[in-house]
Amino acid sequence: MTDWTRASALEMADAMRAGTVTSVELVQAHLDRIAAVDGSVHAFLHVDAQGALATAAAVDADRSAGVDLPLLAGVPIAIKDILVTKGMPTTAGSKILEGWMPPYDATVTAKVRTARMPILGKTNMDEFAMGSSTEHSAYGPTHNPWDLDRIPGGSGGGSSASLAAWETPLAIGSDTGGSIRQPAAVTATVGVKPTYGGVSRYGAIALASSLDQLGPCARTVADAAALHEAMGGHDVMDATSLDEPVPSCLDAARDGAANGLGGVRVGVVKELGGEGYQAGVKQRFEEALDHLRAAGAKVVEVSCPSFRYALGAYYLILPAEASSNLAKFDSVRFGLRIERDTIEKTMAATRAEGFGDEVKRRIVLGTYALSAGYYDAYYGSAQKVRTLIQRDFAAAFDTADVLVSPTTPTTPFKIGERIDDPLAMYLNDVATIPANLAGIPGMSLPSGVAPEDGLPVGFQILAPAHEDARLYRIGAALEAALVAEWGGPLTSTAPELEVTP
Amino acid sequence: MPTLSRADVARLAALARIDMSDDDLDRLSGQISAIVDAVALVSEVAGQDVPATSHPIPMSNVHRADEIRPSLARAEALAAAPEAEDGRFRVPRILGEEA
Repeated sequence: MTDWTRASALEMADAMRAGTVTSVELVQAHLDRIAAVDGSVHAFLHVDAQGALATAAAVDADRSAGVDLPLLAGVPIAIKDILVTKGMPTTAGSKILEGWMPPYDATVTAKVRTARMPILGKTNMDEFAMGSSTEHSAYGPTHNPWDLDRIPGGSGGGSSASLAAWETPLAIGSDTGGSIRQPAAVTATVGVKPTYGGVSRYGAIALASSLDQLGPCARTVADAAALHEAMGGHDVMDATSLDEPVPSCLDAARDGAANGLGGVRVGVVKELGGEGYQAGVKQRFEEALDHLRAAGAKVVEVSCPSFRYALGAYYLILPAEASSNLAKFDSVRFGLRIERDTIEKTMAATRAEGFGDEVKRRIVLGTYALSAGYYDAYYGSAQKVRTLIQRDFAAAFDTADVLVSPTTPTTPFKIGERIDDPLAMYLNDVATIPANLAGIPGMSLPSGVAPEDGLPVGFQILAPAHEDARLYRIGAALEAALVAEWGGPLTSTAPELEVTP
Repeated sequence: MPTLSRADVARLAALARIDMSDDDLDRLSGQISAIVDAVALVSEVAGQDVPATSHPIPMSNVHRADEIRPSLARAEALAAAPEAEDGRFRVPRILGEEA
């Protein structure tokens, strides 16, 4: 009997079209898997078995009746708890939204429903997407299926862990400084941050509005491509949404896997490597470059000197925007209220009780960065850094079609190891942050396990704005070469999780 | 010498409407000060003649026709409120004792 949870999303879609499996069977297999392993992984904050099975049954009925269905119809999906979902609780990992039922669907939630994909549930995340480990969730950490004592990345650790634990074939994430790519790297899954504006953010609970972008999470490059196409596109409800066609991601992935990379120039970013990067991370990165060369690419070195300011600029811009975005949690219209005798005292008591430490740290930092007398030195300088970083990227893309680096400096660390050291935690995102500051698209895909600890290493690809398809072409070519070398997908070599009967 | 004192953090938290106990200030103010010191590197570029970027992709204002469209019903908008009365959000009094 086939274990359908081990198939790719596109294999599931093909099998449903061929009549070898139904959507109800697929959804039930994944619900059974969640019941068996999520007690130890804790990827989900909410599971909607009834809703997922109802969608699946409707898809199966339409398929039997010969109705023309979208590509991914019937394929189950998990949604990061940052997206509002009508009729399903949404918390963004925060106690301040515990029990909240959104009265509407985010545009991406609506697109998932239009694509007829059964929604298995909502995945865990660092509170309001602030974090790199999912330890800042008010509902407890998610555990990395590769080693349950280790972090699954963050903020989208629930989405990455659910994929690596075979609880879902597809998930949705959000990436403000690496929250899709870094979790993908440390769980040997695939994650893509599209070009800023490529996916509507209507109904995504905002962290930092000039950086946030939603994107696909999957186990294969082609699956991510199919989901990217289903979730992307212009939306009048999001004024920052790009009014241009959705990139042809799936065609690009198929082209890269089948035809190699003849003529492609790949730029290695000098500043995103070397000191501070783990030996096994560097080794797997160099081997991936060899695969790209073998596929016909020309590998060159590029330099982006302003990247040394990226982390500092990010931790000024993000808190500044977050302190403003999170002002809406004021105990008036939704969420928690700790009643005091005046509204001001009520707000302060509610926010003290409802927000966790990392959220408080960043709101205070953002309030400081925006305050009179410090604005020019901090926020103003950070905005200049963005311009310098964009210039570095523009110059680098003159000599290379895509840029590459390790996604993270290290393999996943132990839960609890960096929780009291915010600066050590922030260093996780040193290689992913520049793309958000510049608005360009980026992908992380598995490039093996580090020899010294057997834990996953991610390979990052960056492309110029609007050129998301390039990520899929290069990513699929590298994936094809690596899977051929490994004899199968890397996720299949992860230790088997203990199953709770 | 920390860039941000404990009193600074207390004042900023009050501005951001977050109550902080002595324990909170003990735990958070040193960390916040250390973060400020670490990000201060960016002020190296403060004097440079470089335009600021506020938005990563060039865009112009987006307009739409000023037309009435379907929206949330009042009951739906109020459904998640901590307290509502007569079709409105209800809050504790807005003015302090001295007003």
